[in-house]
Amino acid sequence: MTCIKIGMTLACVLALTACDDFRGNNSGMNGNGSGVDPSLTDVNNPMSVGYFNQTIGDRVLFQVDQSILTPTAISTLDGQVSWLLENTNFTTKIEGHADEQGTREYNLALGARRANVVRDYLVSKGIAPNRIDIVTYGKERPLAVCSIEECWSKNRRAVTLVATGLLD
Amino acid sequence: MIINILHLLILAVLFGFPAQSQENSGPLRIEITEGIIEPMPIAVTQFLAENAGAEAFASQLTDVIIRDLAGSGLFRNIDPSAYIGSISNFNAPVSFPDWKAINAQALITGAVNLTSDNQMVVKFRLFDVFGQENLIGLQFAASSQSWRRMSHKVADQVYARLTGEDPYFDSRVAYIAEEGPKSNRKKRLAVMDYDGANTRYLTGSEDIVLAPRFSPNAREIIYTSYETGVPQVFLMNVDTLSRRVLDSERNMTFAPRFSPDGRNVVMSLSNGAKSDIYSFDIATGQKLQLTDTAAIDTAPSYAPDGSQIVFESDRGGGQQIYVMSANGGSAQRISFGKGRYGTPVWSPRGDMIAFTNINNGRFHIGVMRTDGSDEKLLTGSFLDEGPTWSPNGRVIMFFRETQGSVGAPSLFSVDITGQFLKMVPTLTFGSDPAWSGLLE
Repeated sequence: MTCIKIGMTLACVLALTACDDFRGNNSGMNGNGSGVDPSLTDVNNPMSVGYFNQTIGDRVLFQVDQSILTPTAISTLDGQVSWLLENTNFTTKIEGHADEQGTREYNLALGARRANVVRDYLVSKGIAPNRIDIVTYGKERPLAVCSIEECWSKNRRAVTLVATGLLD
Repeated sequence: MIINILHLLILAVLFGFPAQSQENSGPLRIEITEGIIEPMPIAVTQFLAENAGAEAFASQLTDVIIRDLAGSGLFRNIDPSAYIGSISNFNAPVSFPDWKAINAQALITGAVNLTSDNQMVVKFRLFDVFGQENLIGLQFAASSQSWRRMSHKVADQVYARLTGEDPYFDSRVAYIAEEGPKSNRKKRLAVMDYDGANTRYLTGSEDIVLAPRFSPNAREIIYTSYETGVPQVFLMNVDTLSRRVLDSERNMTFAPRFSPDGRNVVMSLSNGAKSDIYSFDIATGQKLQLTDTAAIDTAPSYAPDGSQIVFESDRGGGQQIYVMSANGGSAQRISFGKGRYGTPVWSPRGDMIAFTNINNGRFHIGVMRTDGSDEKLLTGSFLDEGPTWSPNGRVIMFFRETQGSVGAPSLFSVDITGQFLKMVPTLTFGSDPAWSGLLE
């Protein structure tokens, strides 16, 4: 089981080891000493991944074919910045996604752009670039599968995954 | 069983036929024009089994030949129940009046022989019924394992003779085989004959794989895989399945295509902020940046002479199609219709560009001339995407995805008149087709 398969980062929390190894990323989140710490899943623990995902908010949403951060998105990212500045043992991987209303290659590039906008914002607020990795999934990993705006709006997202350990 | 279809030797031998009386007439030829095409009625008679071993193959061969020719939309096979005459001896003279009476413009006869070492000989003749002329007499010899390829080669000969164009039936398609729910789609790299037969999977489904493309000789495939955690272009040998990442640096790379000489791969490289087009020398690993804008530049495709590249870019604000020199530099926008334009692919004939158009929430496959003129949309649905050209530039394969939570993709083909749309059978859901050239 991987976090990607489930399609929800919350699930990654419950299976952090699997998540650390997501998509066979050899150089990525295979952190040192990243065994499953029960506190990481405790949403009441402000230092937990669960708290980050649920209370801080692990994702920002985008308008159709856009990669501009909305005021809501900036507010979420400010929360991520504060959290990452306090929890310096965490690194991040930012996934950029697109809805299905675009061609495959374009959506890969669009997802990359969205992930990059989030990375740039975090870096501009003082997060070290070497704590951040980005990846685009284009339209390959929809979170919601209906073919109307209600679902598409959820899929146009950049998700900040946090894990203990170091990136290369 | 995996048939190593690329290494088959198919021998073709021309043979003559005793002269028969001929009436003077123009050449038997179906003219392919932009107008409505009336399929040419032809009679593909059951191929004769010359020995017991050949019996198992004779009907199957005949069926594949009929499916190829009728499936092109250019021919209509006359039902055998309408036959007046019959073919019981491959070498006996043909009674043309019998075939004229049922208005068969062309007659195809054949015979199959299987030797003890499983070598198969397929002989056939193509007749112009009204001209009373034997247009082709040819035989193919190969292992019986390649009976389908021999069928396609017979159909290719008939197609080429009757249309005056290059054929396309003896070809393969690489595609992405998809399974599972939309929220958890599993993707595998697969290859099959152009008609959906002989499917072979080249990867497992552990990692997302996307958009394979054949090398000019169909021995290699480039595709995008998440094997390393980010999308990266891989080069795979189709026979050995050995593979390697093309870019030695850890960049996100995607949308690859071979140059016509097979030496270079052109593809998008993204650092996140922007996606630019690079060409990679396969032998040396050297890369050359061809575009440098803040925009999304992707989906590059070479002209068949290698001199130019068509690609898509949102440098003008929206996703549109541009043409530039194969060495990069300034680019000229060629798409000016309604909506967005992406996935341009240069026709193997060099005269047209196929594309995906997105307008008002609908996706279309279309074609335009290389200067953007004479644009024509051939299809339309919730999601039609990813055109690829048949080896002769007459047919386009693409994938169509249905909408909703149970939506899934299937492969389709359409000819460039837009009249003959049909589903291409695959064992699973299918997407991202890429047609090979005509096999050697």
